[in-house]
Amino acid sequence: MTNISLNRRAFLGASGALVIAVSIPGCKPKGIGPITDKDIKSMTLNAHVEVATDGSVTIMAPHPEIGQGVKTSLPMIVAEELDVSWDKVTVKQSVIDEKYGYQFAGGSLSVPMLWQPLREAGATARAMLVSAAAAHWAVEAKDCSTEDGYVIHGDNRLGYGDLVEAAAKQAVPEKDSLKLKDPKDFNILGRRITGVDNLAIVTGQPLFGIDQKIENMHYATYSKCPAVGGTVKSANLDAVKSMPGISDAFVLEAVGKEDVLKPGVAIVGTSTFAVFKAKEALEVDWDLTSAASFNWSEFLEQGKAGALLKGNTTLFDDGNVDTAFGQAKTTVERVYAYPFLPHAPLEPQNCTAYVQGDKVEIWAPTQTPTGAVQMVVKDFGFAAENVTLNQTRCGGGFGRRLFNDFVAEAVAISKKSGLPTKVQWTRPDGMTNDYFRPGGVHGCAAALDEEGKIKGWKVNFHTLSNDGKTPGRSPNAYMGNEFPRHLVENYQVNETVTKMAIPTGWWRAPISNAFAFVYGSFLHEIAHETNQDYVQMLLGLYGDDQIIPGPQGTEIDTNRAKGVIRAVAERSNWGKSLPKGRAQGLSYYYSHSGYIGEVVELEVSADKRIKVHKVDVVADVGPIVNMSGAENQCAGSVIDGLSTMMNLRVDIQNGRIMQGNFDEYPLMRMPNTPDIDVHFIQSANPPTGLGEPALPPLAPAVCNAIFAATGERVRELPLSKSGYSFSA
Amino acid sequence: MAISLKINGKTVKTNSDPETPLLWMLRDELGMVGTKFGCGIAQCGACTIHVDGIPVRGCQTLLEDAEGLEVNTIEGLAKDGKLHPLQQAWIDHDVPQCGYCQAGQIMSAAALLAENPKPTDQEIDDAMAGNLCRCGTYPRIRAAIKQAAGLGG
Ligand code: FES
Ligand code: FES
Repeated sequence: MTNISLNRRAFLGASGALVIAVSIPGCKPKGIGPITDKDIKSMTLNAHVEVATDGSVTIMAPHPEIGQGVKTSLPMIVAEELDVSWDKVTVKQSVIDEKYGYQFAGGSLSVPMLWQPLREAGATARAMLVSAAAAHWAVEAKDCSTEDGYVIHGDNRLGYGDLVEAAAKQAVPEKDSLKLKDPKDFNILGRRITGVDNLAIVTGQPLFGIDQKIENMHYATYSKCPAVGGTVKSANLDAVKSMPGISDAFVLEAVGKEDVLKPGVAIVGTSTFAVFKAKEALEVDWDLTSAASFNWSEFLEQGKAGALLKGNTTLFDDGNVDTAFGQAKTTVERVYAYPFLPHAPLEPQNCTAYVQGDKVEIWAPTQTPTGAVQMVVKDFGFAAENVTLNQTRCGGGFGRRLFNDFVAEAVAISKKSGLPTKVQWTRPDGMTNDYFRPGGVHGCAAALDEEGKIKGWKVNFHTLSNDGKTPGRSPNAYMGNEFPRHLVENYQVNETVTKMAIPTGWWRAPISNAFAFVYGSFLHEIAHETNQDYVQMLLGLYGDDQIIPGPQGTEIDTNRAKGVIRAVAERSNWGKSLPKGRAQGLSYYYSHSGYIGEVVELEVSADKRIKVHKVDVVADVGPIVNMSGAENQCAGSVIDGLSTMMNLRVDIQNGRIMQGNFDEYPLMRMPNTPDIDVHFIQSANPPTGLGEPALPPLAPAVCNAIFAATGERVRELPLSKSGYSFSA
Repeated sequence: MAISLKINGKTVKTNSDPETPLLWMLRDELGMVGTKFGCGIAQCGACTIHVDGIPVRGCQTLLEDAEGLEVNTIEGLAKDGKLHPLQQAWIDHDVPQCGYCQAGQIMSAAALLAENPKPTDQEIDDAMAGNLCRCGTYPRIRAAIKQAAGLGG
């Protein structure tokens, strides 16, 4: 690997040791006196950029870092337009403030949403530095250029550090007047830049929510009903309180909706070990009146039995499916199912809060810090200006930390106990108190003509929701342009929704993570039934170049889709001959504005042991911001996809989640990891995020490869349910 | 009765509950938070530390079992301000995604290389099989170990 540069100062920034005086004329804290040259160490040019008088630059990372790389990639965009070399840059996690907009990490949206604003932020600061230099030399700004932290005019050169004081006094330029760089002049974007926190990570410095320590901090656990929605009747609080290291134990009532505070029992003490031990001794009599009673296996059986019936609600009805099926030469009907999934980020949920009177300060590993502040205001009655939230690095997100129930717990416990408190979840707490990717069943039918062309497409989607009507926040809801809508003339999707009180939420690549498996498998089955080459069939289906309409930002450019399919076929040497038991499987899916094709090469033994040798990934997500991070996200998505489809699921019996820890939720380990080759088609389209879209195509590619290798079609995940396992 | 042990070369005495796992003693009592909590049942390896040079699970090793022994943690891996070759390789390969598992990964890898400076691919996989990475950084972990071992990568 080449060109990785390490930003050592990020280490200092991350551990809080680098002191930067933020001195803006007029904003200087009271009582310090007038600004003198001596005072000034750095100036804030805008919300994203501070330049120090020694020329070093601090760039804010506005969105939470959950492993998707935005603490590095977003500041790279600013640094590029500021025209400063990366080794002069220190990155600081920003405060939560309206000036950064809604701060969150979800939907692979950070890069697409902030690409333009951050380029402008960098260019604005650069323009102000240029203006200051031009004024100093009494020349025109347009005749000046910049290079690597210097403004240049003829033989004149001034470093940004020498200019910053004057630059801060320049008028902020109009957006229209900004000149953004031509991508061919990029020095930072597209390179491999190692993560800004890497030095802190490999030396074990405090970074994550769980690492926060404040003065007199106490530790807490919070136990909720094992059957989701149950309330506390009584608990052996006195016995718990008498245990060593325990300072308090109390019951809390629910606050707000299910994503705020659930009812439960808090135990507060002087160490994590003490409160964990006390939690084990805690005995609660739960009132199950309002608890969920859902049984996954019942739903699954009913869903499968009624899969091919019409369904209750028609969501989309293009053309006339009945006619298409009436005239079909052949029809293919198949049923697919997939399970509930927890997110299981490796850092168990935690949050530190200190409520003092009407003020609260919070340290939270959350994907939605702005949302957390809003929740504390709305549901706990704090004034917005009295809530301070410090966003910490998150030990994984995958969608789990979009919900802030752990923040609510920390605030409620600190409020009641009066102590600065870190609430710490155990692994089973996290596994059983999640907002799950809901399981589902899809009944699919296709009407085919003599040539195997798809003339009609009909789906009955069995899903779940809290109100039994709309999938609502249950994220497996149709968006409207799921492949192959608008490519098949007669297209109908029906839905059958079952009521269920288990909370559901967004899981990495929501919707697509399940639908890609269904459609990628079904299309492959159609290709097989009609003796068509799968790649040719997909390319034919996409037909001429066109834009398939969809909700804003999800329009599909068929030219990009075909480009990815062709490229992944070529790179994987699609169709090459392989020994018996070994085969390739291909899949393509569009999600989160990304076009991704994947080819899996695997081997299946007689006893159903699978060895995945190679996964080729081709992605078109526009230009790449950080090549190193981008490749890491794609490889990670492939591994997540493989890990999940092989062994992972939670069973729900009588409203209880039956899996508690990693012994019952066996994530994939290193020996089962295939070689992964990632290739980007760097089109000139606007860049889009990569935290999610490389995951969905993996499951169908594997299932198609298993079929090619064995003739056996897997229609239900995880694979372990059909007797498959990783080869030792 | 106070328990005494050596942590990263320094003698530490504590009156904590002798049944406290080293993981929590390090984190809560000493503020050494590099060693991470992931599962508490020896499944994930996020809490990997060395006791007398052997990689163990900090969540399973009790204070009383470590009496008089030498404990080394991620915080002690860099010596005299110089990163361990594995730490440098981790940065060079930009291994971390969320980064939460990485201290444990590096401690497992460090124990491997101390005992077997030129491991085969199979030996790397075997030695690292106890460490989960939820983000899926396994390919880069492999490559970084090879670099640190002078085996390319
Ligand atoms: S926390 Fe010790 S192995 Fe997971
Ligand atoms: S980097 Fe996130 S768990 Fe390994």
